Amino acid sequence: MRYLPKSPAERAAMLERIGVRSADELFHAIPEEYRLRRDLKIPRQMGESEIIEYFRNAATQNGSGFASFLGAGCYRHYRPVVIDSIVQRGEFLTSYTPYQAEITQGTLQAIFEFQTMICELTGMDVANASMYDGSTGAAEAVMMASRITGRSHSVVASTVHPEYREVMATYAQHQGLPSLTVGYEAETGRIRLDLLEAAITDETACVLVQSPNFFGVVEDIPAIAEIAHAKGALLIVSIAEAVSLGVVRPPVEADIVSLEAQSFGVAISYGGPFCGVIATKEKFIRQMPGRLAGQTHDADGNRGFVLTLATREQHIRREKATSNICTNQALVALMATVYLTVYGKEGLRELALQNMAKAEFARKALSAQPGVKALFEASPRFNEFVVVTEEPVAAMQARLLEQKILGGVDLSKWYPELGQATLWCATELNTRAQMEAAAATMAAREAVGA
Amino acid sequence: MACPAHLRYTQEHEWIALEGKIGTVGITDYAQSTLGDIVFVDLPKVGDPVTANQTFGSVESVKAVSDLYSPVSGTVTEINAELATTPDKVNEDAYAAWMIKVELADQAQYDGLLSAADYEAFIAEETGK
Amino acid sequence: MATETLNPVGAPTPRNTTLGKVRTHPTQNEGLIFEKSSPGKRAVRLAPLDVPEVEAEALLGDAFRVDAAPLPEVSEIEIIRHFTRLSTWNYAIDLGMYPLGSCTMKYNPRVNEFVARLEGIAEAHPYQPESLTQGSLEVVRELEQCLIEITGMDAITLQPAAGAHGEFTGILLVRAYHESRGNARRKVIVPDSAHGTNPATAAICGYEVQNLKSNSLGMVDVAELERIVDEDTAALMLTNPSTIGVFESEIHKIADVLHAKGALLYMDGANMNALVGKARPGDFGVDVMHLNLHKTFSTPHGGGGPGSGPVACKAILEPFLPTPVLARRGDGLLGWNFDRPQTVGRVRAFYGNYGMFVRALAYILANGPDGLRQTTEDAVLNANYIRASLEDLYELPYKTASMHEVVFSDKRQAARGVKTGDIAKRIIDYGFHPFTVSFPMIVSGALMIEPTESESKEELDLFIEAMRAIAQEVDETPERVKNAPHSTRVSRLDEATAARKPVLRWRPVTE
Repeated sequence: MRYLPKSPAERAAMLERIGVRSADELFHAIPEEYRLRRDLKIPRQMGESEIIEYFRNAATQNGSGFASFLGAGCYRHYRPVVIDSIVQRGEFLTSYTPYQAEITQGTLQAIFEFQTMICELTGMDVANASMYDGSTGAAEAVMMASRITGRSHSVVASTVHPEYREVMATYAQHQGLPSLTVGYEAETGRIRLDLLEAAITDETACVLVQSPNFFGVVEDIPAIAEIAHAKGALLIVSIAEAVSLGVVRPPVEADIVSLEAQSFGVAISYGGPFCGVIATKEKFIRQMPGRLAGQTHDADGNRGFVLTLATREQHIRREKATSNICTNQALVALMATVYLTVYGKEGLRELALQNMAKAEFARKALSAQPGVKALFEASPRFNEFVVVTEEPVAAMQARLLEQKILGGVDLSKWYPELGQATLWCATELNTRAQMEAAAATMAAREAVGA
Repeated sequence: MACPAHLRYTQEHEWIALEGKIGTVGITDYAQSTLGDIVFVDLPKVGDPVTANQTFGSVESVKAVSDLYSPVSGTVTEINAELATTPDKVNEDAYAAWMIKVELADQAQYDGLLSAADYEAFIAEETGK
Repeated sequence: MATETLNPVGAPTPRNTTLGKVRTHPTQNEGLIFEKSSPGKRAVRLAPLDVPEVEAEALLGDAFRVDAAPLPEVSEIEIIRHFTRLSTWNYAIDLGMYPLGSCTMKYNPRVNEFVARLEGIAEAHPYQPESLTQGSLEVVRELEQCLIEITGMDAITLQPAAGAHGEFTGILLVRAYHESRGNARRKVIVPDSAHGTNPATAAICGYEVQNLKSNSLGMVDVAELERIVDEDTAALMLTNPSTIGVFESEIHKIADVLHAKGALLYMDGANMNALVGKARPGDFGVDVMHLNLHKTFSTPHGGGGPGSGPVACKAILEPFLPTPVLARRGDGLLGWNFDRPQTVGRVRAFYGNYGMFVRALAYILANGPDGLRQTTEDAVLNANYIRASLEDLYELPYKTASMHEVVFSDKRQAARGVKTGDIAKRIIDYGFHPFTVSFPMIVSGALMIEPTESESKEELDLFIEAMRAIAQEVDETPERVKNAPHSTRVSRLDEATAARKPVLRWRPVTE
């Protein structure tokens, strides 16, 4: 009970002031039949060394030392050491939502800086203080578009992350917000513009695409925006790989951008916590979900920051709120802010270029092997690409694992039409040696007598 | 501030002035002082229908939102666009900072509203003074 | 003005100003990071590229970004100083008591942070093969088992990313359950004392919200509930202990009233810190509930998140849990089961805020059954100690026994023109984070105080002393309270201007 700062004598003194004989008496409001009169059946109290041992053991079971080519919404990027030294400062780690602005200026100013950086990266006017993640952010963006347009339908590209699409469907199903899915061109991996145009009606609130999309292909945002806007629908662009913004043109034609900022210095951590964020045009601020930090001044004229436009939120508007969201991901947003400060204007560009170069090398190395073909080769891409193999995916992945290589994600579950396809990601952390080893393993199939 | 005698009032704290068939609607001084600093006024569009005792918009202070209730039924003929950029005008002079003008569907609705004296009595009762 | 009325910016600080726990000290000024930027400075050096460079413009065509985003250009020392200076402007649990009611601001153990950063845990990818994920899954399984036992429920999902997200998930389960029986029903009942997330959640799940007025004790009016519950009622969303910190002692009746009409009882687990190890919602009739790992189970609040909001439910709701659910396979390995025909669907990509699972489990392991029970008892002891020490000076609107938090009102102080928000600002000068202000809404001018178990008697006594001193100031020098805080870096901020003319991002002066 090392977290409890009281001696038995102190407890006794406190009980005396309250006027009861035991702490248990304080629970008398709970009817006796519902009192738990036994120990919880959970592991016994452990010492700190035992706790560390428990989790070390779990980490070991996960295996280590693998060269990973996994991306698909969770990206491996180098995390500068200063990030953790800053976010582990107790003043950031152990404070809460900055309701009392006078004693939370640190968090508020950091959020304001985060909002500014997101605007600069995405080309939008305003960004919120963060959402849970990219999937829920996309769902909230669709709801926001519906509020703005007064229309209820959405049109979503099939090349949006499949799990994002599942989350959007869960959110939309009980709000009368039907959704249509539009497929991709077999040649380019981009959304089919003809089908898109046909899918939009005067009931369509928004078109939602991801770029780079789930195949790593950059969509033609200006063309998509033109089609959507011509019919009065908004365009939402979801970005899962935020580092792409270092080199890919920002989606300035979009009305709403839903970004997953995990790539900016956030550990993959088996899929969370991450950091979604919604950015939009100034005119849509009041329909935005989530917290916003704004600049103002104090009674003496000093610059300061506050949470603002709170009347959109659930704690005031209750059932009429723009969203039921209450928390943001402040600490994760802080990681992203520090990351973007470390990389800066030139560093982020250089990092993005390295990612492209690595992915390009990996794609060429793999697709040069017999029985391996890369898809969508003529399309603009960032750091992911799809390959199709003659060898069944499971067998190929098993051979790669033997070489301590985590090969691409199997796409058959979501895109069976692609055949034996896998989605590969190469970042600045993948070395040439790893890529050559992966290529050599793929090539070795013939040798093992397939 | 005393309630102007030439206006009619609602228990939801709106006032209305009538000229011909056009009613001009705002919120009372009591309402603005209860709300505090008003930061945003959300109004309908010209041509929108409004219904007596139903909401036609809302006013927001920093930490509260209050619905606006129409005293009468009819059609919005004009809105006070100035409030979009200067919502604080409502705090400055609630009886000058009108919100919408409505072409009344039924003059009898106006006649059924509270007089200044009735409204003052109502407020006194509400605040227990 | 009094000697402790300081202008924090510029003015010299008198040395003899102590207020119990604190004295003033200078804080460092710091501009925005963008204002420190100067072209050519940098804080990063990448490893040299070991593959050929690419012609990005040629590869991307029209999609090439011509102008790099104008992110700040600074060096590493400036980054460390910038964020360290900002951090010193925050109050935090690490500095002292943070009695923000409903938020359970308890100590965040450091071993939690350590284990969450272990390489094999922090770097695990959700799409790596299950054979290489057994360690991660074992953590999920252990936490699930612990939380099921703590709540007395039958099944659980850890997928929701926060409390409100958990509510959303829980009400989806309710909806799916009713739909499976042929009628989704129309309305969800929410007491007027509830958190704003409750009605917002019900609305997002497509339900009409029906308000339930609290009775004179601030509790659920069972007769009124009985009157309004009908075959159209999907559920009641109940916080227990309630937002005024009292246990709904008629909880079994409440559950019976609902169940008799086929409706379900949803429990908002925001106040679970009053119950762990002492009573289990599953035993007193709750059908589905969410937990807040960032409240009850010590994962850090981090300035507003990340949270984690697992949802536990009875067996009747298990088929509807979000997909996937964890299962032990025939070969003994753990894996995710996606074959869930009745699922409400996914509520978040991947498996939830996994990093928070690790921290919460570390907390449970550090406490064990005896530690968790003692924790709950101490949390309730602390709240009652504050109540006993302040109820002569602050109005207690509901005299019902307090659990883990106590709610006063500003009635006596308001008579002198001092409101709860003013008292909150003044307690800052004494070195504490304020309590929750003006919530719950059923108490006019509420002061909602939740000390948690993490406070020593010494810290509690300092807080009590400060609250008593403020009560005296209200009588003697009310202006000092109304103009507080006097010791902070900035004085009261102009929130009206912030909302009327929103400035939500920095822009260079010459753009």
